[in-house]
Amino acid sequence: MKDFSNLISAIEITNKTNAKIDALVNYFKRAPDKDKLWLIALFTGKRPSRPVKSNLMKSWVMEITQLPEWLFLESYSSVGDLGETIALLLPNPEHKIEKPLHIWVDELINLKPKTDEEKKEYVLEAWNGLEAQERLIFNKLIGGSFRIGVSKKTLVNALAKLSGIDANQLMHSIIGNWTPNTITFDDLLNGKHINYDNSKPYPFCLAYSLEKELEDLGETNEWQVEYKWDGIRGQIIKRKDEVFIWSRGEELVTEQFPELVEAVAKLEGSFVIDGEILAIKDSAVLLFNDLQKRLNRKNVTKKLMEEVPVGLYIYDILEINEVDLRTFSMEERRTKLEQLFNTNTSDNLKLSEIIDFKNWNELDALRNAARSFNSEGLMLKKKDSIYHVGRKKGDWWKWKVDPLTIDAVMIYAQKGSGRRSSKYTDYTFAVKNEDKFVTVAKAYSGLTDKEITEISKWVNKNAIEKFGPVRTVKPALVFEIAFEGIAYSKRHKSGVALRFPRMKRWRRDKTVKDIDTIESVKALIEAN
Amino acid sequence: MKLIKFTKKGIYCIPGKFYLDPWYPVDYAIISHGHADHSRAGNKHYLCHNDSKAIIKHRLGQDICIESLGYNEPRNINGVQVSFFPAGHVIGSAQIRLEYKGFVVVFSGDYKTQPDFISTPFELVKCHEFITESTFGLPIYKWKEETALQTQLQNWVLQNQQNNRTSVFLGYSLGKAQRIMKLLEGVDDTFVHSAIHNLNEAISSSGIELPKTTLLNFDFKKADIQNKIVILPPALLGSRMLKKIPNTATAICSGWMHIRGNRRWKGVDAGFAVSDHADWDGLLEAVKATEAEKVYVTHGSQAVFSKYLNEIGIEAHELKTEFGDDELANEAEIKTEKADL
Repeated sequence: MKDFSNLISAIEITNKTNAKIDALVNYFKRAPDKDKLWLIALFTGKRPSRPVKSNLMKSWVMEITQLPEWLFLESYSSVGDLGETIALLLPNPEHKIEKPLHIWVDELINLKPKTDEEKKEYVLEAWNGLEAQERLIFNKLIGGSFRIGVSKKTLVNALAKLSGIDANQLMHSIIGNWTPNTITFDDLLNGKHINYDNSKPYPFCLAYSLEKELEDLGETNEWQVEYKWDGIRGQIIKRKDEVFIWSRGEELVTEQFPELVEAVAKLEGSFVIDGEILAIKDSAVLLFNDLQKRLNRKNVTKKLMEEVPVGLYIYDILEINEVDLRTFSMEERRTKLEQLFNTNTSDNLKLSEIIDFKNWNELDALRNAARSFNSEGLMLKKKDSIYHVGRKKGDWWKWKVDPLTIDAVMIYAQKGSGRRSSKYTDYTFAVKNEDKFVTVAKAYSGLTDKEITEISKWVNKNAIEKFGPVRTVKPALVFEIAFEGIAYSKRHKSGVALRFPRMKRWRRDKTVKDIDTIESVKALIEAN
Repeated sequence: MKLIKFTKKGIYCIPGKFYLDPWYPVDYAIISHGHADHSRAGNKHYLCHNDSKAIIKHRLGQDICIESLGYNEPRNINGVQVSFFPAGHVIGSAQIRLEYKGFVVVFSGDYKTQPDFISTPFELVKCHEFITESTFGLPIYKWKEETALQTQLQNWVLQNQQNNRTSVFLGYSLGKAQRIMKLLEGVDDTFVHSAIHNLNEAISSSGIELPKTTLLNFDFKKADIQNKIVILPPALLGSRMLKKIPNTATAICSGWMHIRGNRRWKGVDAGFAVSDHADWDGLLEAVKATEAEKVYVTHGSQAVFSKYLNEIGIEAHELKTEFGDDELANEAEIKTEKADL
């Protein structure tokens, strides 16, 4: 497992994607086929189910080290990763075990049905034969995410660099139906088990943020204006009765949205359409936060599908009955799209509405009203534009609503995960409610690494409680919080829910006296 | 017996009328070592170990009023017997032992129990009260032996050379830099930043022999340092000087690098857990071996470490100080070193 361990070390230390890809390519050049297949399986969610419960592992470590539970937990909250905490707490190994990756994985699969005593014997023996980094990997093989910044896309790009095979085809191959024990590495790469002709996607056409005055865009009748939606941009392909859903990040996400697949499968003909995957309930678009519950799940349960039903707002059509339509004008494509969906209808699939307007000055009000039904603003598309490859300036513009902002004070801080696990990166913010504070938002994005480092040090010095993963801090640091929407909420103690909150600025110039009150926050609901 | 008290200005010895590593200016300061968070400017009178004298003068000014002693050379100050014992932290670092009417208090300063190749190894001192640091006071911290670190660092340099890269190490100019120099002695030519170079000169002036290094001028010739070793203070991560060096592989040497999240946060090519502070076992062994009746825990994981000591039957109290937790020391150091650039 030394090679695999070195690979993980090389990948985790760098945040440069190209360096990660090079490390993967080097590994693929050296490792035995079975190890390579398992590596791909592990990084694409095809891992075997957990053979040993983490609570058992924790209790064995406490037994070996004779540490009290609170100290174990304190170590865990400092490290931020259970597998790593265990690897670091255990005493140094007394002997050395060297086995290839696939043997470890096979042994762990066989361990699953054994008794707890047998499991204990096996795991303790392994811990005692591995150095800290290998031990960490062993713990990760048992269960848990590596969190080293290798997406499916990174993996696919490495395989493409290694083999010269098209990256999208490789994406389909690794997502496809295979197991490490039933395929060879070469067959997997060459896609023996899939039919790529059916899944092959087109590159997405992307928009820039509007950077000129509307009047400078020319005549209003040259433009098609639609609402902009905040979901997952998706390309849905139906060819020869097979359905595929690609995300904008060029990942195949078909299995995450069974109701969409079902709806699309019922439609007649072959086609490729571009749209926004959204959580839609009772014809209303839900927040992205709701959609998030549906993402990256291994199993999509019925209950979840009922709780957060998913639909598609269709923007565009790129192919119909094997004819590439991308050089047709937006207007012509829209006509074809309407033809297709006039004969084909479904509850889950809806054409993106075209906004009727005469003068440019009508649009600003429409844009700002968009927030009230969870739209992000407007999209402006030139009617004579082709479907470009990637981002091209001038034909498509996005024009988002301006975010709302409040000033709030940090009251709790928590460590992040992965690369951020060493710093306090996740904060909870409060506004004033008379002489008390009331929590209004949690946010973890928007600051620079430098600011996070500085705030982390401040949290260490100013924590009121010193134990456990969450630090209550002196209410002193004020932040401008930006968000996309605000609504009354019974679920939140403050009575309000913010949509998509993030830190816009650290207001070093402000003190806790200057923050918003819950009344001034609620006033935003009335105003919007 | 109340020999010491904890004041706003720092740890104060009542009968001796002096302070230990005070953080605000006082009349008489006894200094454990030369790091900026322990040895601050503005005191009227300084007393430190012989090997720290030139370092402190270099950092705080040649005209300060400073005296020094060797290890285990007692001096009587207002009836209190003061003596220094090796702390194994950096060159010239000392634990400060105070004895008054048979009652002994030891202030550890910063210390490390494992020997390195360069500072005088830690020496255990029995006492009634022990003031200990706790920078790495969690059981996840376990350091490798110096020889293992040596292999690790040297292999990394060799590997970089095979890949045609210059090895850049980032480490505090006092302590870590000299330790890295020693760990890599004889591997290849080593270039150091002026902040490190000037400190090296100060250290050498007190008769300590350091491995040979060359001053890295800002207008260095790229060919001269290609595939060689460069040591810079951590403040230079992301600096123009570092960017000017072509084909680098960069490593941070710090105890914090023991944790993956810390290694990854910095965005460097390698992180080596080279620490000048004691690890968990080191702290525990030291505290137990002092046989102190009462332990005061300062900077670092004081809440956790003192709670644990109390649980295993050693009376311990948390002490809030203005000493840095290594990273903060670093920041204080940045200020002094920015002036050197």
